[in-house]
Amino acid sequence: MKQFLLLPIFLAAFTARALAVEPGERLTDPVLEARARAISKELRCLVCQNESIDDSNAALAHDLRVLLRERLAAGDSDQGVRDFLVSRYGQFVLLRPPIEPATYVLWFGPFVVLTLGAIGSWLYLRRRAAAERPPAPLDESERRRLARLMKEEG
Amino acid sequence: MRRLLFSLPVALFVVLAAYFGFALFAGGDPHAIPSPLVTQPAPAFNLASLDGESLSREALAGQVTLINFFASWCVPCRAEHPLLMRLAEQEHVPIYGIAYKDKKADTERFITGLGSPYRRIGLDEGGRVGVEFGITGVPETFVIDKAGRIRRHYGAPLTADQVRNDLLPLLRELARG
Amino acid sequence: MIAELGHFALILALLLALLQASVPLAGAARRDLGWMALARRTALGQLVLVSLAFAALIHAYVTSDFSVANVFENSHSAKPLLYKVTGAWGNHEGSMVLWVFILALCGAAVAGFGGNLPAELRARVLAVQGMIGSGFLLFILLTSDPFHRLVPAPLDGRGLNPVLQDPGLAFHPPFLYLGYVGFSVAFSFAVAALIEGRVDAAWARWVRPWTLAAWCALTIGIAMGSWWAYYTLGWGGWWFWDPVENASLMPWLVGTALLHSAIVVEKREALKSWTILLAILTFSLSLIGTFLVRSGVLTSVHAFAVDPARGTFILLLLLVAIGGSLSLYAVRAPSLKGGGLFAPISREGALVLNNLLLTTAAATVFLGTLYPLFSEELGGPKLSVGFPFFDRTFAPLMVPLLIAVAVGPLLAWKRGDLLGALQRLWLAVAAVAVVILIGLYLTHGGPALAVLGLGLAAWVFTSALVEWAERVKLGRTSAGETWRRARYLPRAAHGMTLAHLGLAVTLAGIAASAWQEERIEIVRPGQDLTIAGYALHLDEVAQIAGANFTADRARITVSKDGKLTAEMDPEKRFFPVQQMPTSVTAIHTNLLADLYVALGDSDGSGGWTIRAYWKPLVPWIWIGAVFMALGGLLSLSDRRWRIGVAVRAPHAARAAAAGD
Repeated sequence: MKQFLLLPIFLAAFTARALAVEPGERLTDPVLEARARAISKELRCLVCQNESIDDSNAALAHDLRVLLRERLAAGDSDQGVRDFLVSRYGQFVLLRPPIEPATYVLWFGPFVVLTLGAIGSWLYLRRRAAAERPPAPLDESERRRLARLMKEEG
Repeated sequence: MRRLLFSLPVALFVVLAAYFGFALFAGGDPHAIPSPLVTQPAPAFNLASLDGESLSREALAGQVTLINFFASWCVPCRAEHPLLMRLAEQEHVPIYGIAYKDKKADTERFITGLGSPYRRIGLDEGGRVGVEFGITGVPETFVIDKAGRIRRHYGAPLTADQVRNDLLPLLRELARG
Repeated sequence: MIAELGHFALILALLLALLQASVPLAGAARRDLGWMALARRTALGQLVLVSLAFAALIHAYVTSDFSVANVFENSHSAKPLLYKVTGAWGNHEGSMVLWVFILALCGAAVAGFGGNLPAELRARVLAVQGMIGSGFLLFILLTSDPFHRLVPAPLDGRGLNPVLQDPGLAFHPPFLYLGYVGFSVAFSFAVAALIEGRVDAAWARWVRPWTLAAWCALTIGIAMGSWWAYYTLGWGGWWFWDPVENASLMPWLVGTALLHSAIVVEKREALKSWTILLAILTFSLSLIGTFLVRSGVLTSVHAFAVDPARGTFILLLLLVAIGGSLSLYAVRAPSLKGGGLFAPISREGALVLNNLLLTTAAATVFLGTLYPLFSEELGGPKLSVGFPFFDRTFAPLMVPLLIAVAVGPLLAWKRGDLLGALQRLWLAVAAVAVVILIGLYLTHGGPALAVLGLGLAAWVFTSALVEWAERVKLGRTSAGETWRRARYLPRAAHGMTLAHLGLAVTLAGIAASAWQEERIEIVRPGQDLTIAGYALHLDEVAQIAGANFTADRARITVSKDGKLTAEMDPEKRFFPVQQMPTSVTAIHTNLLADLYVALGDSDGSGGWTIRAYWKPLVPWIWIGAVFMALGGLLSLSDRRWRIGVAVRAPHAARAAAAGD
């Protein structure tokens, strides 16, 4: 029970934005309704631009919101509802791309860029700092050479 | 080594520009959403039809058919209508219509006024069958082969070019196979 | 007639631009003063000509001259005058004219205010500006002519999208373009420096004001766009990670990195090739953004009507401008002599971290925006990349950056004392603890991430004040001494403090969005809707008619604890020409929170769907952005940018006497 309540709160921390759910659509069971809201926030409204079906007031968004609530009420799991919609509309309907070989570059790219950049920056910083070390003191032969050169200079 | 690093930005850019070039010339319509149902069996459905009977997936079996989602409130559907009439009357293509989120009386008026290219019209007033087929609006058209699998999806109104260059050859090929 | 004059002016401007792109460049190589001086005249000439063209276009709109195709497609005689004028840039062709107008403005500004630049540098900078101008003027004349005539002239226009008839939206393109195009000056400076083969403290000092100005404008432009989206679209959303929004965010992120990186070049002559690269990248991202919006490869609510010919031309422009400058960079940058040395823990080191994190953030946004396109091209599935992706990748990058924002300014150049800096920030740590505790108490242990976000905002805010207090020795010396110190502190220092404070304020606004409340109910006239302690009483819903629309307007009386707080009038408008409904939300703000009310549909029997939201701290998002821009402007007004490199007194006096 508790994890169902935590999930929407957790997601709300990430994704608290405006909502379009009509009063008539809401399920009476608050746990199911919370699940429905959480799933809706990550489903794309296919006739809008980058809005989720939770945010949009388009007719299709309304239909999908009602549909997923019906499926949840009938006992479907969260993943089951998502799979159903993906089987009809394709991966495009998920606002969060799944983490799979086709999307590794997407999900891990930023981390890779950061790591490469951090390594590069660190090497750069070390190079800048290394030159800061004072040069080693002259040894005997070098000192004699220096004295000779200084005399030559006059 | 350092010189190589300095060349990295321009190298990355050239790759990016190549992608953009492909997207411009070979890319498809960015608005189009490819249907995952192509090569899958058509979703099951059972709707009341306009003539008082019913329309279900079983009615399509054994022949190459078109399913066309339309509505009386849809303006582009009217533009597409003459093409469907020609397909039905001249090419004898079996076309089944599904009226999406349309009141029965309005659909009747639409058909009476423009004529019907459809063998039968299913009434999907709730739009649930539309969602089963993954449509996002109307008109959308599906090509279904003899085995009941979806072979092509048109997410936009059919154009004469599309019909001539794409749809008719496909229908002929499916009819043979 | 006037339209033809405008068209002719554009052609002449192109000729001048071509001249400006070639002769001064050769002149700089040959050290020919005459040839170099030509740059200033052509720059001013271009401004005059492009202004004429722009004025001609606006004239056509104001007079509703529908024989001009552009006016026919984007205007209507029933439109209010203000929107007729702003409609001139609300479409592809017109916005390109705005683009070249601002480009000409920037060029003329360099010509006019760049008196302190060495002649060769100025000539080269203006030459590169001329190249950019030539490219875009050619683009307009060949593919996007705004003066194309229609014969016979239609009687009335097709009207403008009613969503665009709004002051916020009408004015945000000019600010955005001032930003995008303003960064072209930094770009030109970078390319000129690469050609010359020299980047030094003086160069950084000259480039800063232009970069600052562009950055301020872009900050305001993005904030305006976001604010417009808030009160018009999506029931109170203010950022959608839409491709075109991202196209404005990327240059902003890299531009911020550029701004900070240039400080290191100026103060310590280090990070030179990095700064040059950032200058090139910032404008390149502006150009790529232009490509994305106008070529049609991406869908977006902002995208203009597309045409593959335009996309191809812009791609060619990208190849020449970005490919050319990056190739020049690959060849010339390795020979830029590195300057000052510094330890990893130092102000320079902190700014390197700043560069790293901001650039990675920009790369993340880039990846998220373009991945669907690349994936589809490679035959993969069509993907959506939305909030869930950016929340998990962009947000975590910002956290270390915001922590570093506090510490960096307290570190010394060359070698900084991290422990000492952290100790001096004890007040900021205390502030964070207090805010987190209060936050947890007030919100009953609410979303942990949001409370942490507020804590982070407190961290940035307090540390900016701590740093400022240290500079003026607040509390450690007399009030008079503090006041004197504050007065003589360079404006750029005050500017930095103000900008960082603004950042904290915006961050707090963003974090607090986790606590918004919403009520969506069907309400009948005479009934109440309660939210966040407010009672919203629906008085009535009336039918009204406007200049080019009809609407349902609700009158809602808001009270708290029985006292009248506000009256709100949300509307649902319908525009007959476009057959399009829009929603006019009513927002009541007390600058600490917004009450946001939108009118939904009628239920057919006298009840109306009312959507009410209470959004705490949301105005701070835009107030913070204004502070950031003000901080930038304050920095801009610093005398040091205008004086340039110091000259010996007698020389200056002699020059003045000679009447220069």
